Amino acid sequence: MAKRVLVAVSGGVDSSTALVGLKKQGYDVIAAHMKLWDYEDVGGDNFQDGRCCSLESVNDLHQICHQYEIPFYVLNCIEKFKSTVIDYFVAEYASGRTPNPCVFCNAELKWKEFINKADALECDYIATGHYARVAQDKNTHRYYIRKGVDASRDQSYFLWRLPQEYLSRTLFPLGEQSKLQVRKMASEWGLKTAEKKESRDICFVADHDYRRFLSEWKNSPRQGFLPGEIVAEDGHVVGEHKGIAFFTIGQRKGMGIAHDRPYYVKEIDRNANRVVVTDNKDALLTDKFIVDNVNWQAVEWPSAPFRAEVKVRYLHTPAPAEIKPLENSHYEISLDTPQRAITPGQAAVFYNDDYILGGGFIDSAKK
Amino acid sequence: MRQVYLDNNSTTPVDERVLQAMLPYLKEHFGNASSVHTFGREAKTALEKSREKVAAVIGADPSEIYFTSGGTESDNIALMGTVWYQEKKKNHIIISSIEHHAILEAAKFLEKRGFAVDYLPVDKEGFVSPDILRQKVTDKTSIVSIMHANNEVGTIQDIAALSEIAHRAGAAFHTDAVQTAGKVKIDVKALGVDLLSMSGHKIFGPKGTGVIFIKRAHKITPLSHGGHHEKKRRAGTENVPGIVGFGAALELADSLRESEHHRLAQLADHFIDEIQKRIPRVYLNGPRDNERRVPSTVNLSFEYIEGESIILSLDMKGVAVASGSACTSGSLEPSHVLTAMSVPVELAQGSIRFSMGRFTSREDIDYTLDCLPEIIERLRAMSPLYQKTS
Repeated sequence: MAKRVLVAVSGGVDSSTALVGLKKQGYDVIAAHMKLWDYEDVGGDNFQDGRCCSLESVNDLHQICHQYEIPFYVLNCIEKFKSTVIDYFVAEYASGRTPNPCVFCNAELKWKEFINKADALECDYIATGHYARVAQDKNTHRYYIRKGVDASRDQSYFLWRLPQEYLSRTLFPLGEQSKLQVRKMASEWGLKTAEKKESRDICFVADHDYRRFLSEWKNSPRQGFLPGEIVAEDGHVVGEHKGIAFFTIGQRKGMGIAHDRPYYVKEIDRNANRVVVTDNKDALLTDKFIVDNVNWQAVEWPSAPFRAEVKVRYLHTPAPAEIKPLENSHYEISLDTPQRAITPGQAAVFYNDDYILGGGFIDSAKK
Repeated sequence: MRQVYLDNNSTTPVDERVLQAMLPYLKEHFGNASSVHTFGREAKTALEKSREKVAAVIGADPSEIYFTSGGTESDNIALMGTVWYQEKKKNHIIISSIEHHAILEAAKFLEKRGFAVDYLPVDKEGFVSPDILRQKVTDKTSIVSIMHANNEVGTIQDIAALSEIAHRAGAAFHTDAVQTAGKVKIDVKALGVDLLSMSGHKIFGPKGTGVIFIKRAHKITPLSHGGHHEKKRRAGTENVPGIVGFGAALELADSLRESEHHRLAQLADHFIDEIQKRIPRVYLNGPRDNERRVPSTVNLSFEYIEGESIILSLDMKGVAVASGSACTSGSLEPSHVLTAMSVPVELAQGSIRFSMGRFTSREDIDYTLDCLPEIIERLRAMSPLYQKTS
């Protein structure tokens, strides 16, 4: 009997192409769309074009699933999304860190819920439209993520937190494809989503203004939203801020300070409620930092130092480094060449060649 | 695979007899009821005949029946039409906390624009207490709106008692009778209502049709403006085939009402008893008594499981059911009704609404009864909550 796959569909061209592709390969597919948020809650415009979670994307999905005779369900995850992803997002900013909600959501919500629903529907696998691949090591039998073949689209960075039990049941039909090929297939197959614009940034901040979102969110904690001082590296006060939550390391705009050279945020001091700025770009360079909250994919909990290429944000070219285990499951990363704006809260992903060894969240940068 | 439709509270198929009544008005008698020529007069005659049928079923005068596009529009006309007409004198609205979204969202819309809204609580079976209404209603209350029977659990309110309390304080009374039309005897005089909403597609009639009963003495501000249709209270060319269908559907449902009530009550008893025999830890939401609940509505909570997974699993077996209301873009919302009835969150999440109708057979129910134990067992085996307690 054909293997049954629950395909996670957002309403975009990638996941709908993945869905129809699997169907054409002979899998018994079921489509499921997660409704994560409402415009009423997160602000923004209900009638904005084609975003994921808009009513229009759901309508598009209905049409495609009807066209290919695929059962389609909408799963309501609004409350779960609030209590996991949005709470995490707000709490991280409030404590002066810069969260990565997509990484967090994939492991803590998306995969968890889809695997759960896959069990309920007696599916063998789940599938998504990510540009990434899953592989298994012949000797250790461990599963790990490999980069997508299309380097310009590779989304492996967002998948480092997926544990073994999820990876063993995940298919990425687009891992071997290029975006160009995907669009071509989508239009050949007559999918309504073929010409759809790219979604970008954080899905629930539809207007891309995360500061607006943080100010409006009802459950934002007071901490992080209290006014304080902006100081230069030598400690002298150069301005005021409305809350450390509105800053991120390396930020150049929105400081409201008149100065002959641009200031950059160098450090966010949560305890003193202060933002430290510098007008020397090179002061943002760091060669050592600590990660915690790690997850291992191709390797199992390394106990000796090892080398890897480390990617510290999505659009960062991985930099060679040594990774050294510390106590309490923390790891110290020593970069061969200092990198700019290492940001607490962001993910550091350790690659070897094109596959993921593991990753962690950046805890602090050492000066 | 057998297809079993147990979602009649969300919509029903058009009965063949209703369809036959409608067809001439989609084809040869296509005229505009406002036209003076023969074509127009034919349409106008059909329109008024249907109005008389509806009036006769609910004990109203034909002049008190207005055709709309459905339950939602009727509810909006009732609430907003009344509130706006009286807005210079009154600024207070009372609804129950278990109303359909058509009332709930209309009330919230008015609340945002400065009207005061009270949401009456309900007891564990879903009943509104007349005492609480008495405490809340004042001479500033323009309208009280409490649904006749709830769409999720089927609880039937004592509308006569509630409307009397509203009237004593000088407030108008509306009831959303979408879930009782054709199922429970409706007499607008006995109920004592000023306004009453009904929907065609819940009574084996066409979608996009509805009625708002407006008592002759009751005044509203219209929501749509245009021609002289429906005595200027609801502008727009009349949907003649739909209106004919509505009249035929309501008349038919009323003629079958008593026998269907009896048959569906027996089916519901069989279903509830058997399920509780075959599956442990299943609870009925709403009153067990078939006279205080619309018997065709059976809302059950399966402990330790999310309703969503049950719906999906039953769908794979060809059985169509719902959890809560279907009016939220196909997504599965946590139920505001069960929350208001103080059903614990874990049980509210595991709730499923089985709603039977004219075409539900004993075989359909037995097939569902055969499918359920295996599904529930499998889902419970996956549930961490169940493993902890078993």
